[in-house]
Amino acid sequence: MSVALRTGQALRRTAIQAVPTMLGIIVLCFLLLQLMPGDVADVLAGESGAATAESLEAIRSRAGLDQPLLVQLGQYLWNVAHFDFGQSTRFGTPVSQLILERLPNTLVLMLTALGLALGLGILTGSVMAVYAGRWPDRVLQLVVLFFYSTPGFWIGLMAIVLFSVQLGWLPSGGSQTIGAELTGLAALLDRLPYLVLPALAMASFFIAVYARLTRAALLEVLRQDYLRTAVAKGLPPFVIYTRHALRNALIPVTTVAGMHLGNLLGGAVVVETVFSWPGMGRLALEAVAGRDFNVLLGVLLLSSFLVIVTNVAVDLLHAWLDPRTEAS
Amino acid sequence: MPDQGRRGRKRGDHVTSRELRPEALPNPHSETPAEPPPPISPPKEFTAMPFASDAARFALSRRQALMGASALVLAPRALRAEPRRGGTLTIVLSSEPTSLVAATTVVTPSLSVSGKVTEGLLQYDFDLNPQPELATEWSVSADGLHYVFKLRPGVKWHDGRDFTSADVAFSLLLLKQVHPRGRSTFANLAEVATPDPLTAELRLSRPAPYLIKALASSETPILPKHIYEGTDAAANPNNAAPIGTGPFLFKEWARGSHVIYERNPNYWDSAKPYLDRLVVRFIPDPAARSAAFETGQADLGYRTPVAMADVERLRRVADLRFETKGNSYSFNVTKLEFNLDNEYFRNPKVRQAIAHTIDRAQIARIAFFGNAEPCASPIAPGLRAFHDPAPSPYGYDLAQAEKLLDEAGFRRGANRIRFRVPLDFNPVLDEGRRVADIVRATLGRIGIAVDVRAQDTGSFVRRVYTERDFAFTVNGLSNLFDPTVGVQRTYWSKNFIRGVPFSNCTNYSNPEVDRLLETAAVENDAARRAELFREFQRIVAVEVPDINICSPTFLTIYNKRAHGHSLTANGIEASLADAYVDA
Repeated sequence: MSVALRTGQALRRTAIQAVPTMLGIIVLCFLLLQLMPGDVADVLAGESGAATAESLEAIRSRAGLDQPLLVQLGQYLWNVAHFDFGQSTRFGTPVSQLILERLPNTLVLMLTALGLALGLGILTGSVMAVYAGRWPDRVLQLVVLFFYSTPGFWIGLMAIVLFSVQLGWLPSGGSQTIGAELTGLAALLDRLPYLVLPALAMASFFIAVYARLTRAALLEVLRQDYLRTAVAKGLPPFVIYTRHALRNALIPVTTVAGMHLGNLLGGAVVVETVFSWPGMGRLALEAVAGRDFNVLLGVLLLSSFLVIVTNVAVDLLHAWLDPRTEAS
Repeated sequence: MPDQGRRGRKRGDHVTSRELRPEALPNPHSETPAEPPPPISPPKEFTAMPFASDAARFALSRRQALMGASALVLAPRALRAEPRRGGTLTIVLSSEPTSLVAATTVVTPSLSVSGKVTEGLLQYDFDLNPQPELATEWSVSADGLHYVFKLRPGVKWHDGRDFTSADVAFSLLLLKQVHPRGRSTFANLAEVATPDPLTAELRLSRPAPYLIKALASSETPILPKHIYEGTDAAANPNNAAPIGTGPFLFKEWARGSHVIYERNPNYWDSAKPYLDRLVVRFIPDPAARSAAFETGQADLGYRTPVAMADVERLRRVADLRFETKGNSYSFNVTKLEFNLDNEYFRNPKVRQAIAHTIDRAQIARIAFFGNAEPCASPIAPGLRAFHDPAPSPYGYDLAQAEKLLDEAGFRRGANRIRFRVPLDFNPVLDEGRRVADIVRATLGRIGIAVDVRAQDTGSFVRRVYTERDFAFTVNGLSNLFDPTVGVQRTYWSKNFIRGVPFSNCTNYSNPEVDRLLETAAVENDAARRAELFREFQRIVAVEVPDINICSPTFLTIYNKRAHGHSLTANGIEASLADAYVDA
């Protein structure tokens, strides 16, 4: 089957699955959010310590909270169907604007973290598998165990203490030099030091996961007959490991990495908070704390969309890595 | 602690018909007793309050704009180098403003930034004596019903239009409608006349002795009429990209990250502002805020911008300085508030018993890390004119507490427990959890089992003020600039309103307290007004509808390169036209 056909099929299948999935997510989240005590007016009043019955009522009426529940849900679904995600009650700004301003930041952080995790994880795992049982393997296993069992935000905080406060090498937070107004390459270089610590903090756990997965999968593959054949053919070890062994060993890693993209969005909440990174995770957290449900639903909707898209991408990647996948 | 207590009480039809006798006002000066001059004290003739006068119908203050303003600024500078022009100052806030104009919201971060662009009629020295800002002269009639403001000439909005009295009239009447406290602050404001473009006259239906202190930019921003007229003020795009008359021009709001302001080259005080640029960063994580101060990424933060537990560590950082001034526009009191409808706490003896277990000095030392002043009164020590320094009639005495509980009929039962109650703490308070834990430990010793409940702001507000599903709370009350505005609301029986946060949640009701508060709200005579509040404090100290514990000492933390920022009562919330940085 041609690649184009395969891709088209995957996309169609996804489209059919995506719409009901997202609808379900909206309805479920909307109903669950109703269980939270307090609303946006309560929080605004609580934070400012100032309200009158009239000002609370004005906030609620602007947010549509004075309508019956099903009317609110119907209205929201109707708006979403027209790609209108509503207004943030807290900020008085369209939700789409709030999210789109933050989405690039989160994507940059997520993809860098995922890239780092995959790169370093696979590399470490391969080294561990190649030297299985010998001292490089032992040492790396210890390091990996440390990253596996330590929460990312703690690593982040410690990295701030070491690299920002003590050594002064890297900034302690933010995503770029504020007000520098750089463009092109200069802007990219400016952002790099801000990205290092949060991306590492976010990646640390996943580096450990991928390293262990790669090690196990690679050891499994290395025992296969076709590899003995490859060795017998006299292929150089590097080619054996990368082209013959690693490619097959990568299937479990990519599967798990695809699923982790959702986790990364969740983990982003913590890391973005620790590093004052203006991303979507923090927006979601603040929307929960502020009971700004339009924003939260918008973020959840977009996240679910991202997860679905990633699943398609992983499916396609599998088909390329191992053409047999598609047949099943 | 952010000002979760900054709430207005509702005023209006409650005032008794008690007649005001302005001609009998003996006090020539102010509600604020003569204090030693503040460090930035202007020349002597300016230290008296400009308005209330003896016998004279109008006592116009002849405070010259430039003199007053320059005195305010130059006095402290005489000792140090000239302010440097240029540079960037970075302020750090713990959360993001919901609006850059504090007109329809008073969440703390909005108050922090609003005054940079949007100015007020007045500013205040540390003792809340008015100083000129957009108004250069002002007067209040002896009967307290007629205010005249002379406005600064030659002031322009950032879009080039002239600032006039029409903007003042429009703003005050708009704020009366849409500001969360405006409905109460300006309840007595009947009309604003504008006889000429530089004069605004306020006519009140009843006196409002606190009104002259409510005109700071953070509390009563003067808005451009031509931008807000005929619009929904809460949804006006100006709230996210403001223009004003202030020293800084709004440049950029990167959501979730920062706001940038640039120097206004056409500011009415032509030498100022000294800074080229002002950056306001939002850093929600307390540890990250501490790191930002340590690394020099943040120059300035106020109302104790880091976790209290971090303060001692930061005191050892060579570049950091600590300041307590400039936090006097809103003092807070941390307290235990009882639900007087609770089966245990409706009994005065139980409340007295608990009052006997409160060791204020210990709580100040442990829960606040020493950054608090023990305070048994709902009126903070900072409001010196009104604060009653008398200790609680129920001193620390656990034996007496046990005796009172026995007398109340709550004897120790199984497991030596008398009864079990939940304790909720306001999550906005840094010290809330620690105070709650101390209370739990002490009450455990007299046989009251306490379960401390944690929840977020929305849940806390809903539980306490709407559902009233609580026994007692660790809560904070912001006194703001006057007890009628900040304190009355939690003791006035007519302010028991379900669903309205920071109303009278104890459901305390005492007709004599109501009378005292209502009289004080319209009492023009400063001495008599202070006496009414003293009497009120004596009564609530005895009846203990709540137990006042400490008034936190708010710290401004700044890098030593930052200067000229804590010059007024609302310090960092002011315009910062005088702020400058070393190269």
